[in-house]
Amino acid sequence: MLHALAALLVLQLAGEALSHFLMLPVPGPVLGMALLFAALSVSKELAGRLRETANAILQHLSLLFVPAGVGVMLHVARLSEEWIAIVLAVAISTILTIVFTALTIRLCMRLFAGRGNAGENR
Amino acid sequence: MTERLTDVWVYLATFPLLHLALTIVAYLAGDWLYQKSGRNPLLNPVLIAVAVLVGVLTVSGTTYHRYFEGAQFVHFLLGPAVVALAVPLYYNFAKLKRLWLPLSAGLFVGAVTAALSAVGVAWLLDASTQTALALAPKSVTAPVAMGITEKLGGPASLTAILVVSTGILGAVIGPAVLTLCGVRDAAVRGFAIGTTSHGIGTARAFQESEEAGAFSGLAMGLNTVVSSLLLPPLLRLVGVV
Repeated sequence: MLHALAALLVLQLAGEALSHFLMLPVPGPVLGMALLFAALSVSKELAGRLRETANAILQHLSLLFVPAGVGVMLHVARLSEEWIAIVLAVAISTILTIVFTALTIRLCMRLFAGRGNAGENR
Repeated sequence: MTERLTDVWVYLATFPLLHLALTIVAYLAGDWLYQKSGRNPLLNPVLIAVAVLVGVLTVSGTTYHRYFEGAQFVHFLLGPAVVALAVPLYYNFAKLKRLWLPLSAGLFVGAVTAALSAVGVAWLLDASTQTALALAPKSVTAPVAMGITEKLGGPASLTAILVVSTGILGAVIGPAVLTLCGVRDAAVRGFAIGTTSHGIGTARAFQESEEAGAFSGLAMGLNTVVSSLLLPPLLRLVGVV
């Protein structure tokens, strides 16, 4: 558990350092994820060691968004001024994104199904 | 007696402990209600926790800054959590490899749709550029989305709220919308929910099935990479920055 946590933190740190050093537009944790993925591909043992801790953190993923959500307090002024635009933008965009993503995947699965790739199951 | 209690509250409120504990307890209470209601999507645990906490902070006259001194310990874990996404990614790599082309296409279309449709609606309704910048990365998980907005010169803390709202909305209506569109494949459902509603959607997708959850987490992880690379040039292209 402690080792796994240390590994996650060190990789995040390495990601932050790399992002800053190379002036990349990709945030540190994402580079940390890429580094971890590379490390897992090399060492199967590492994957087994990290699995439990990773699952424990990811299982309660939505808890981690609560402090950011409470930040709604800070933006009462902007939200009350532009709430119609914000609510509509979030609602319309969320629905469109879900639908377009799913339909694109399904369309491509059908397009490529004939070429030996897996098609949709039904 | 009441005065004495107020004293105790004021005393405790100076430590991070109080707000850290409140955050976790409010979330657990939200999760309990959610489970108790037979997982009614409207009783989303994050939504309940945020509502309860905003209520408590408003009534007790606590600033967000003071609250965050405690809550930052929870918020901080978002970074390691993003790193940890490599683990389910690794375990689902075989299926990912098989479906990589359709999934990549879906991810690309999803990331572009999320940013452009939000910015487009905001522009149509005369919202400010700052609001548009905060809206653009709202389908990306919080720490990364905040990083994207920050790098573009927008208000990162507003982004955080929009990210959470998008997450909750996608978790609440996403499954029904997908069913309405006739999408039944668990991998496709999970991937679409994760692309749109990141971690909060992933928590919801895991309840549909293991497979939906894994693919939702996968989409969330990949979307962080795609959106970080794609959004800055895309927003420059449409003239937002």
